[in-house]
Amino acid sequence: MGVLPYLVAVWIFLAGCYGLATSRNLIHAVGCLAVCQSATYVLLLAVGYRDGATAPVFSDVEPGSRPVVDPVVQALALTDVVVGATVTALLLALVVQISKRHGTVDPDELSELRG
Amino acid sequence: MSPRLRLWLVCAAGSGLAALLVAACLDLPGFGGDRHPYGDRAVDASLARRTANTVASVNFDQRAFDTLGEMSILFAAVLGCVVLLRQTRDEHRARPEPAHVDRPVRRYTLLVLPVALLTGLYVIAHGQLSPGGGFQGGVVAATSLHLLYVGADYRALERVRPIGVYEVGDALSASAYVVTGCAGVLAGTAFLANTLLPYGTFNTLSSGGTVPLLNAAIGMEVACAVVVLLARFLDQAVEIEEVRSL
Repeated sequence: MGVLPYLVAVWIFLAGCYGLATSRNLIHAVGCLAVCQSATYVLLLAVGYRDGATAPVFSDVEPGSRPVVDPVVQALALTDVVVGATVTALLLALVVQISKRHGTVDPDELSELRG
Repeated sequence: MSPRLRLWLVCAAGSGLAALLVAACLDLPGFGGDRHPYGDRAVDASLARRTANTVASVNFDQRAFDTLGEMSILFAAVLGCVVLLRQTRDEHRARPEPAHVDRPVRRYTLLVLPVALLTGLYVIAHGQLSPGGGFQGGVVAATSLHLLYVGADYRALERVRPIGVYEVGDALSASAYVVTGCAGVLAGTAFLANTLLPYGTFNTLSSGGTVPLLNAAIGMEVACAVVVLLARFLDQAVEIEEVRSL
């Protein structure tokens, strides 16, 4: 049980990598990249977890009355989500343009250069 | 490279990577352990500055400079999407036709839209107190506007969403963050250091020094950025048509 959450993160990351390498569709590849990224959310939140702890928000919890989970990794996970969303948006915009210019979204057919 | 060879290569490299990652995981501190030195220090620093939501304190006080970088990434990505998804010379803009919407859908969206918008603004405003903050609330507020596209049609959405205003809002709120940081420098402390304003009373809207200001700037920036981003994608889907293929 002690390492299971970390191994889940590894599994999700590798599944995403496998999808990226064998992808036949760029939109599918962008989705696989998002899967890889979600592994980092699992890893970060697993690192910050503490048994029996609550959220690090003290609006309705008396400070010091209960243990709280690590807020630093939660903030990092938030950064991760934002960066992930922007990267996905930018990549999808690129896919839209590739599809228009080349008429295909299969990465294997995108071998020729075109101005 | 043939697909079969590539699959072999992926499997070989993947199993190597998997072995390394599993070895690394076995060496990590145990899941659910009680030792979180950085977390404990972040909680102490947050309470010292009377910010109830420690995650907001980490984002907008202790790591405010990193959040500036994060905001710049968002800004740059939106800029990139605007450039990539512009109307090119061989495309023209078609007026979107009014679409038929079932009455229950229309009624439901018009009912939910103000609630969703208010929820977004609430989450932004209470970022330093309760879970949420500028990033989360900004996304909620921005997507709530797009309920109009579901409930009415694209032209109704375009009327409440003049893109130019949101692009200016995006830039203004990004500069508001930097200006708040520079105010610290002018006051004789460091860039983005939270020592400028009084910390206020714990667990009230005005607590936390500059945290609520930076949080509001981020909220506005994210809301504007998401609106601009979605507008560019919707333009591609609804309005822009290709005249001839290359």
